[in-house]
Amino acid sequence: MADNKIELTKKDRLHVWWRSTFIQGSWNYERMQNGGWAYTMIPALKKLYTTKEDRAAALKRHLEFFNTHPYLASPIIGVTLALEEDRANGAPIDDVAIQGVKVGMMGPLAGIGDPVFWFTVRPILGAIAASLAISGNILGPLIYFFGWNLIRMAFTWYTQEFGYRAGSRISEDMSGGLLQDVTKGASILGMFILGSLINRWVVVKFLPVVSTVKLQKGAYIDWNNLHGMKGVQTALTQQAAGLSLTSNKVTTLQNNLDALIPGLAGLGITLICMWLLKKGVSPIVQILGLFVIGVVLHVIGLM
Amino acid sequence: MNLNAIQIILVIIVAFLAGMEGILDEFQFHQPVVACTLIGLVTGQLIPCLMLGGSLQMIALGWANVGAAVAPDAALASIASAIILVLGGQGKAGISSAIALAIPLAVAGLLLTIIARTIATAIVHLMDAAAAEGSFGKVDMWHVIAICMQGVRIAIPAALILAIGAGPVKGLLAQMPTWLTGGLSVGGGMVVAVGYAMVINMIATREVWPFFAIGFVLATIQQLTLLGLGAIGLSLALIYLSLSKQGGSGSNGGNGNSGSGTGDQVGDIIDNY
Repeated sequence: MADNKIELTKKDRLHVWWRSTFIQGSWNYERMQNGGWAYTMIPALKKLYTTKEDRAAALKRHLEFFNTHPYLASPIIGVTLALEEDRANGAPIDDVAIQGVKVGMMGPLAGIGDPVFWFTVRPILGAIAASLAISGNILGPLIYFFGWNLIRMAFTWYTQEFGYRAGSRISEDMSGGLLQDVTKGASILGMFILGSLINRWVVVKFLPVVSTVKLQKGAYIDWNNLHGMKGVQTALTQQAAGLSLTSNKVTTLQNNLDALIPGLAGLGITLICMWLLKKGVSPIVQILGLFVIGVVLHVIGLM
Repeated sequence: MNLNAIQIILVIIVAFLAGMEGILDEFQFHQPVVACTLIGLVTGQLIPCLMLGGSLQMIALGWANVGAAVAPDAALASIASAIILVLGGQGKAGISSAIALAIPLAVAGLLLTIIARTIATAIVHLMDAAAAEGSFGKVDMWHVIAICMQGVRIAIPAALILAIGAGPVKGLLAQMPTWLTGGLSVGGGMVVAVGYAMVINMIATREVWPFFAIGFVLATIQQLTLLGLGAIGLSLALIYLSLSKQGGSGSNGGNGNSGSGTGDQVGDIIDNY
């Protein structure tokens, strides 16, 4: 094994890095970034696997569900490159291990990428650029475009390399059983994260009003007796103190469900989808069906 | 104002780039401050379009695709409003009405995004077929086609606006039924469940289901960020791994000492005594 070890060179890794720019290109409702992920891995897979069977298996493995922040995919790509490299060289790394690593890392990393890039760096850069542009200064878009891409490209390259080195360390220690640990740990982390993502990212909201209760005097802000700016101040103070904005307490069906446990409906939909998948109902049918259900429920005012 | 053939082609190319970036989110060609400026550059209306881009950028500062949720379509908003500004021929005076149009356009653009992402689902199935043959070339090809489709998503509306002019576009937008856009966004909130269901079917075993339950329940605590949840998940995995190892060595030791292997330390001590 050590004699003719296939290794990914820096050139290969640069090639993968460039392709990772297009990871969201075939973003779809079924497996999200999977097409882009496979596209990104192809230069490495081409080098590591030569038979048709190996190549087909590798492509299939990398067309599984994947979704994270597009830039934070880079460290995951790095780790996966290292795992694939060792797998190609005979290490016992199975599909579940690779998928587990991917799923386990994608949620938390998306949790870093969204606030950092979309809600911090981009608004700051955007505000600077916009204020220049509004005054007719062409530097606005230039600063925005070059500044952003410099930050992005440096970030994705260095985190991919970081992931690659970390991934190599994981699989170097073969005798210590570290690999089996990583496999099991990854699937535990993966399931944990899936549980939380379903709660956070499957959005279901029932609108029907279950009850409208008239509140006692003093439990709500009495708008009729408030006047002028002083009144606004009083109202804000009262609201902060927990007084209701209206004289009625409106409870929706969603409020009732949330009192049970928030996200229960999303979990229910996921479980039904799992069952349908096992019954052989195609994901596309399920997706179209959910859109139809969404429109119908919206029209009848349930959601 | 009328554009010549070369300008029309360049406008459509810029629209195509912005459409691609609307999904890729990498080079940021779709951000108003960049996209509007590019339209201004190719139509000779640089300064008004630059200023429009700046104003729109301020509005779109916080628009972002998070998870599977889609933000209003910055690409369509920037491209279409810049074209309308140019066609209107009012220069800087037309900026405010172009902005007023941009917002409904951004929302209408969501519909196109949903259509494109649904078509992409079919494309991915063609990739599956290519993967079964072990063909890297075909997977590459379908991915590139998917990216181009996203470009076309903005290029076609841009061409339409150029063809029919700014006025009728306003009327058309006013007729978009809200029941359809509202319903589709409700559906969009639910469809992500299908993807999660597929992954769970793949990695779930009897052993790891409890961790799914813990993750689900902990996620109801809104103060916990995804990063925090990740840390908890990782810790749980590490604890489980080390405990399962200790359990293994413990029962071996137990067999050696007492022969009963009950794991009951007090019982073992009494037996040995």
